[in-house]
Amino acid sequence: MTTDELLRLDQVSVRLGGREILRDVSFGIGPGEFTGLIGPNGAGKTTLLRVILGLQPVASGSVLLDGAPRPHRDSSIGYVPQKLAIDPDVPLRVRDVVSLGLDGHKFGIRLPSRARRERVNDMLTAVGAERYADARVGELSGGEQQRVMIAHALISRPRLLLLDEPLANLDISSEQGIISVLARLARAEQVAVLLSAHDMNPLMPVMDRIVYVAAGRVAVGDTDEVVQPEVLSRLYGRHVDVIRVHGRILVVAAPEGAETAAEDVSIAG
Amino acid sequence: MFTGLMMNTWIAGTVVAVIAGVTGLFAVLRGSTFAAHAIPNGAFTGAAGATLLGLNPFAGLAVFSVAGALGIAGLSRRGRNDVATALTLVMMLGVGALFVSWSTEYAQEAYSLLFGEVFGVSSDEVLPIVVLGAISIAAIVVMFRPLLLSSALPEVAEARGVATRWMELGFLLVMALATSMTVPVVGALLMFSLMIGPAAAARSVTARPGVAMTLAVAIALVTVWTGIVVSYESNWPLGFLVGVMGAGFYLAGRGYAAARRARAARARQAVAAVA
Amino acid sequence: MGHLLKYVFEPGFFASGPVHVALAVGAVIAITSAVVGVFTVTRGQSFAGHSLADIATTGGSGAFLLGVNQFWGFLAFGAGAAAIMEMIGVQRRRGRDVATGVVLGAALGLAALFLYLGTQSSSTTGASFTILFGSIFVITSSTVPALIASALLALVTVLLLARVLLLSSLSPDIAAARGVPVRAVGVAYLMALGVSVALSAVIIGAVLSTALLVGPAATALRLARGPGRAAITAAVIGIAAVWLGVVLAYDSYYWPPAGRGWPVSFFVVTLIVAGYVASSLRRGGRRRGDHNAQDHADREHACSPA
Repeated sequence: MTTDELLRLDQVSVRLGGREILRDVSFGIGPGEFTGLIGPNGAGKTTLLRVILGLQPVASGSVLLDGAPRPHRDSSIGYVPQKLAIDPDVPLRVRDVVSLGLDGHKFGIRLPSRARRERVNDMLTAVGAERYADARVGELSGGEQQRVMIAHALISRPRLLLLDEPLANLDISSEQGIISVLARLARAEQVAVLLSAHDMNPLMPVMDRIVYVAAGRVAVGDTDEVVQPEVLSRLYGRHVDVIRVHGRILVVAAPEGAETAAEDVSIAG
Repeated sequence: MFTGLMMNTWIAGTVVAVIAGVTGLFAVLRGSTFAAHAIPNGAFTGAAGATLLGLNPFAGLAVFSVAGALGIAGLSRRGRNDVATALTLVMMLGVGALFVSWSTEYAQEAYSLLFGEVFGVSSDEVLPIVVLGAISIAAIVVMFRPLLLSSALPEVAEARGVATRWMELGFLLVMALATSMTVPVVGALLMFSLMIGPAAAARSVTARPGVAMTLAVAIALVTVWTGIVVSYESNWPLGFLVGVMGAGFYLAGRGYAAARRARAARARQAVAAVA
Repeated sequence: MGHLLKYVFEPGFFASGPVHVALAVGAVIAITSAVVGVFTVTRGQSFAGHSLADIATTGGSGAFLLGVNQFWGFLAFGAGAAAIMEMIGVQRRRGRDVATGVVLGAALGLAALFLYLGTQSSSTTGASFTILFGSIFVITSSTVPALIASALLALVTVLLLARVLLLSSLSPDIAAARGVPVRAVGVAYLMALGVSVALSAVIIGAVLSTALLVGPAATALRLARGPGRAAITAAVIGIAAVWLGVVLAYDSYYWPPAGRGWPVSFFVVTLIVAGYVASSLRRGGRRRGDHNAQDHADREHACSPA
């Protein structure tokens, strides 16, 4: 383990409802790294993110932030949850939501200040949300809401940003928009990103490393190392094929009775 | 305890309990708990208005209960359900305040309409109660399957062509009808305890709709019968007994469900340990 | 202009002592209820708010029975019931409503008992009416300081919790991850709500208490976008409804049919509901389905045991 690692999970196991969801999960994230947490639905990606956030207790293992156990009140981790179903009645405009990113967890009243207002405006511009800054957050589209929540999470200058399936339910152009905003901001603010998704393809251009989750365990490394039939088959515990088409990667379960999938299948392109 | 006027009480009480169990289960499934509280209060206003005009209180009850149901449904279309219910409720009670202020001798009636006078059910009141009860039950039986579907899985119901908005209105109207005949017996304020407590308890115990409904009715009957006996002996208001017993059954149901969940989790862990 | 004023305000209105008290106290209650109400409506707790008002009134009749000052009965039952509701509490909105309803039913049953026991000594004739409707014109000057102090307490609590409540409404997970004790905040808020509605129920009755809690807030949420503006708009609407209601009630003293004046509660409630309906006409049916989306999401679990 390198001493300047931002986050380190060591042999983490999690039980939920009597079942073991995750077993012996170990990996680390360095400052500024963009890591994809990839895996099929139900694999435990959300659970893993909640463990890092301190919302889910572990059955065994440790979670270290900067080499020390995670403190209770922590503002160095930003979080964009999955699928926020925001009630249209919630009286929050976009700029209010972003402003809450600074101090929404504090009790008491604070007076408005110009410095804060400018900081909020800068963040809104950075994510491209200044157009609808005064709209009710519950009335936005999915892609617009994601940008707002990213702004909310980033405005307090966290060093690690967690996003849970931010690309689900987005159309392709919104997807690309979100990814480019994320990548740009992460580089600019030196924020490490851990982003979960069930499809790794949109992330290929920006991902530094991949943590692949399946059947309760993980495989960690560069995409080329990890996304290989042998590695994934061992992970899934069954035969898995990896198909590369036109620069895209497809992971598919092999039919029953197939030989151990020992080679890539490449289709011209 | 089983002669003459008391027979009326037993009959009325039984019919009320059956209605409460049946409508209450759907009210709980649909999350119409607030509406179940609000609509009977419309009945109170209606009776006040009818008395003022010298009309049969029953007619006023029915009219205002229906008006309440329509009000809730109407306001819900443009806003939140719970806000619509709250505002309909206060509007009806506000009008009720107006009626009561115009009349001079209404106050005693007010108590019995709010809390019920089960021992005062006269013979000519029993028949309308039984008839209205039968109509409500018939309506629920006819609507049973689409109502169940739209209560549990509204999107699926829509896809199958069930008009969920009309179902909602229809259900509120049935509650209004059921309410208007039960108010004189258990009272506006307590009818809804009878609807909610037994039904919530039944639902904690079983997920099967038919069984849940039967259980809800059974618990409601036990509540009312026990209440009548205790009220008869002690003179304490039936409404008090209904409210407290309803809460008791609800908590018992929750406790049972929690115990069952704990048992299941332990069993799963045992299986996993062996594997 | 003077002519118009004389037409609207019956003679003696501005000189009347009870009217002054009514206007002042009404304003305090209206402001507190409006601000607390914004959060109540946002969190979908209108039923809880109404129930707490009814339960508080039960406390009042209990206190009266015991010979204790009614005010404390209202307050104790309001805050206590809030705590119980949170303890029985269930996460899903559906289950929460049922728990609220059960507590309400038990409390109303108790009210029936208290009123009945009360009849052993005196008659119940006026009691149930005043329980529901109160009377703003008979506030004594001794109750006023305690009232204002408690209202301020509830108001300040809610304002201190405002940001945290808004963050929790946005996402309880984000709030919890940042160290917010979400459950404890919920309890504190609910108890502030209990105190607030208990206070308003004591003076103006449970009906008006609910109306002032839900109506102005719901209307303001349609008209204003951000939290601060929504709270201010709600307070303004609440004060306007109360003051106008007091004026109309005073003016109605000689109106038919009874020559006793029409009740304040009727006027205030009508104004509030009319305001809400008017604001919804403005927006049209545009968001018809969306508001109840949360309810639909809850309904998918409707048939499973709670």
